[in-house]
Amino acid sequence: MNDQDSTREATLRSFFAENFPLGGDASAVGRDDSLLEAGIIDSTGVLELIGFVETTYDIVVPDEDLLPENFDSIANVLRYLERRLPE
Amino acid sequence: MSGEPAAGAFAELLEFDAERALEEITSWLRRTIAHTLRRKGVVVGVSGGVDSSVVAALGARALGAEHVLAVLSPEADSAPETLELSRLAVAASGIRAVEEDLTPVLDALGCYRRRDEIVSEIVPGYTSEWKMKIVLPPILAGTRLRLFTLVARSPSGEEVTQRLPADAYRALVAAMNFKQRARKTLEYYHADRLGYAVAGTPNRLEYDQGFFVKNGDGSADAKPIAHLYKTQVYRLADVLGLPEQIRARVPTTDTYSLSQTQEEFYFSVPLRTLDLCLFARDRGLGAGDVAAVSGLSAEDVERVFADIDAKRRAAAYLHAPPLLVEPA
Repeated sequence: MNDQDSTREATLRSFFAENFPLGGDASAVGRDDSLLEAGIIDSTGVLELIGFVETTYDIVVPDEDLLPENFDSIANVLRYLERRLPE
Repeated sequence: MSGEPAAGAFAELLEFDAERALEEITSWLRRTIAHTLRRKGVVVGVSGGVDSSVVAALGARALGAEHVLAVLSPEADSAPETLELSRLAVAASGIRAVEEDLTPVLDALGCYRRRDEIVSEIVPGYTSEWKMKIVLPPILAGTRLRLFTLVARSPSGEEVTQRLPADAYRALVAAMNFKQRARKTLEYYHADRLGYAVAGTPNRLEYDQGFFVKNGDGSADAKPIAHLYKTQVYRLADVLGLPEQIRARVPTTDTYSLSQTQEEFYFSVPLRTLDLCLFARDRGLGAGDVAAVSGLSAEDVERVFADIDAKRRAAAYLHAPPLLVEPA
């Protein structure tokens, strides 16, 4: 994992800690944990996550990218951002 | 797995004994209303849908029609057929009814104004003359994450579909929830003045999956069909002899200004399919068992199971009573 990934992961963990009921402990989310299956986010939470990614990284997530393999874990979101954002 | 044993596992759902259920529920209602709650009758909010019509009819059977009051509370966004079907349900059960126009109450609360302010920020050109609804894509349509979408239609028929930001979604639902909460306030007004209890009308899918507004339609003193799957409610409606127009009505939310089915707003699968999946989840049956009787693939059933589990997690807050400090 490079520095950029570390920064993005910290940003995502901070977002989860502030917005979802983890008791403020961002480390409670495993990198590969399914956010939906673990009950960390629900259908409204998915809206929040997509909105956060779009706002924070100034991108538009098209409908065809709305897949669990892009957004259902921190690792998946990091891989998606790596593909979408310029070096 | 062959179809026959799987169908046997679903016998309690598919071969529901409606006559027996009718006896059980009416007996329970008599005991519960008169003895446990010590009330003289029940108030039922009747919407013209099959669930509330069945509860009204059950109340009449159990307590006598003269001990049941239907509250009909249409508002500006109600479907044109709502009041007519509600009156039909009232007539079918021979009960008394009061009609309360909810529109001025909702106006005073800012329900419509708040909705229009939110939607106009998302849909350019939107005015209060437009109609709107929120939809959620079907579970069985693919593997994409399903996001709430706003659908708005102009008076000239132009339709705009827009993904909803989370804040806007929450604010829209919060504004619409005024409707269920205002209705419940009126039901309790009538219950208080008559010494009645309020009968809730959720079926098992709604109750289990959290398809209700906390302190709105989720509030009641007794819920006589909350243990019944939707197909079982339809069987009860048959036995009770409810009018065909009510039994044939597609279950709607009747909350948004554009017509919106319960399936497209919340459940995301046909209700008969959800009955089978929820029954299987309740009884520890597997995806293969549902696949054998439903025509769905086991993979699709697993996705419905996952959605059921997610909705149950979300519903825990809705079901929770006010929590108290427990001194050490």
